[in-house]
Amino acid sequence: MLAAILSLGGIGLAAAVALGFAAKKFAVEVDPREQAILEVLPNANCGACGFPGCSGYAKMVATSDKIAAACPPGGAVVMEKIANIMGLAPVEAEPMVAVVLCQGDDGKARQKYHYLGVHDCVAAQKVADGPKTCPSGCLGLGTCARVCPFDAIEMTPDGLAVISRARCTGCGKCVSSCPRSVIGMKPLDATVHVLCNSHDKGGLVRKYCDIGCIGCMICKKTAPTAYEIENFLASVVYENHGDAEVAIEKCPTKCIRNFMDGYPEGSSFSAPTCMREAG
Amino acid sequence: MSVAMKNLKTFPGGLHPPDNKQWSADKPIEDCPMPDELVIPLAQHIGAPAEACVEAGELVKKGQLVGTAKGFVSVPIHASTSGEVVAVEPRPHPMGKALPAVVIKPDGEDAWLPGLQGGDPASLSPVELRDRIRDAGIVGMGGATFPAHVKLSPPEDKPIDTLILNGVECEPYLTADHRLMLERPEAILGGIAILQKILGVKRTCIGIEANKPDAIEQLTAATSDLPIEVVPLQVKYPQGAEKQLILAITGREVPSGGLPMDVGVVVQNVGTCTAIDDAVRRGLPLVERIATITGPGVVEPKNLRIRVGTSLQYLVDQCGGLKGEPAKIIMGGPMMGMAQLSLDVPATRGTSGLLLFTSENVPVRPEGPCLRCGRCVRACPARILPTTIAAYARLDLTDEAEAYHAMDCIECGCCTYSCPAALPLVQAIRGAKGAILAKRRKG
Repeated sequence: MLAAILSLGGIGLAAAVALGFAAKKFAVEVDPREQAILEVLPNANCGACGFPGCSGYAKMVATSDKIAAACPPGGAVVMEKIANIMGLAPVEAEPMVAVVLCQGDDGKARQKYHYLGVHDCVAAQKVADGPKTCPSGCLGLGTCARVCPFDAIEMTPDGLAVISRARCTGCGKCVSSCPRSVIGMKPLDATVHVLCNSHDKGGLVRKYCDIGCIGCMICKKTAPTAYEIENFLASVVYENHGDAEVAIEKCPTKCIRNFMDGYPEGSSFSAPTCMREAG
Repeated sequence: MSVAMKNLKTFPGGLHPPDNKQWSADKPIEDCPMPDELVIPLAQHIGAPAEACVEAGELVKKGQLVGTAKGFVSVPIHASTSGEVVAVEPRPHPMGKALPAVVIKPDGEDAWLPGLQGGDPASLSPVELRDRIRDAGIVGMGGATFPAHVKLSPPEDKPIDTLILNGVECEPYLTADHRLMLERPEAILGGIAILQKILGVKRTCIGIEANKPDAIEQLTAATSDLPIEVVPLQVKYPQGAEKQLILAITGREVPSGGLPMDVGVVVQNVGTCTAIDDAVRRGLPLVERIATITGPGVVEPKNLRIRVGTSLQYLVDQCGGLKGEPAKIIMGGPMMGMAQLSLDVPATRGTSGLLLFTSENVPVRPEGPCLRCGRCVRACPARILPTTIAAYARLDLTDEAEAYHAMDCIECGCCTYSCPAALPLVQAIRGAKGAILAKRRKG
């Protein structure tokens, strides 16, 4: 009994001494500022800053002594904290939000075939360019929702991706995951968007979707400064979007939406939480 | 019955789906009449698409070059009848999108290009024979459409000692090769002689699944005094897959990432063999092929000799039309064929069959969780782990999928067929293979 206690205790003591010595001798010096920055970052490892994860970003800031990129999910608040830690001026970045530029769910947009493969947009897009007749509409298989680190994207029952403006941090991960480039990064202060991604002519768009932009120019005639039309697709001029709202009523296919009035049909997100909470 | 059907050779893994060949196996090959329009795609083979060398308004003869090969792994394309070129434009293609095609309005005469000359294979050198095969646009007729001349040009350091003719036709429903072996054995033997001369092989085998005893008997009799072995094989899918066929007949295993030439073997389909015979002995380019139009959705299943470019709708019309609205249209066999968006696409050099299914024949099972039952692993003829690779593929873990040998998948579909949870396994693995190749290209 005593022998066991002594021998085990002895091994423990020897190991403790060795480990303690090794910890001092081989200690890796970490810039305390790097640690401090890592603590204030959102730690979603989304990669929106362009560095490998939050630790990569913190290391970059601490070692280069300049804030070379903004942290979109962190926003102005985190930026200010980092600036304080480093004693540098914060990087100003306009807050952005990801918007799915499509409202053509299964009820509104036609399908050219019944897809039965892997439940993933990238896989579906490889089969004859996707099951949706519209070549640029949301496929609705949820690839973006699965990559979102902030749980900000939901799929409606009719197969349309909808992004919560309250939860989206503007990291842009969904944008690169979408095989049809349906998701766009837009300024957070703009709530009116043309929710269509099709550059096809109006007649063609009408054939495959009830709610697509047909390039009829009515929005531009109603609010000339707030809209521009390129290749049969209208878009809001975000530098000058003040008048955008007045055209919503006039749009014949109802493809312009003000998110303050609510999210696309089928979404469970509610309109009052339309803006990102401060802080 | 002269063929012993016991202890037949085969490969590990695989399965035996109901073959449903009875609908068309006894139907002799019929010539398909001339359609009103032929849409001849310039991409009908693996490798670079051909480039159009005719313009709208030009008059062409049957067998005239309309598309020139772009590069070594590519083949020329020929007019499949005489008539006027009405357009060179993108048209719906079996791949699911519009791709460039030469559209010909037949003049009804079906006149061959004058000056097409056959030759005596005995007096031509192997290089001349190979050039004739390339210029005739011959591709693998089993459905993969790999240019035949590429397989027949092995590098110096890879000596070929065995030629295997693939008459297995393991895909359910299809009977085109079966009929060809019964009706044109002399053309197959002629093609074999040409291939033997090009490759200088010691051993030649014809592999045929044991469910075609009449074809085995016929070819055994025809080859009795020739140095050709007819090898009956166990009825199991995918017995006709190149690597599985080589393993069954020679006992040699193509290494991971390797090609049949690495084990000294070249495999050609029997349909390719007849096309080679026609190309060399008669000077005819590849403008027609045998296809099986069958399935529960078509009134009268048939084996047709079709011109390349004939629309699938026209082929169905020749078989008495559709039984109701088709729920699934497949070009090729049911296991590896390609589902089609509509019948408004042309048949190509690779169209070994056209299958039509109605909604009763296309059960849609909801996808469930993996049961870890291992049926896909037992069925996999490539002896990889389909469920593991598919799981990695769906998590976008490309490196892990590659480490589990995703690239050795032959995409036969045995895993998906055997899965009781209806998981899209082969589909996910195909996605992983695409991602791995894209990554390798990036470097």
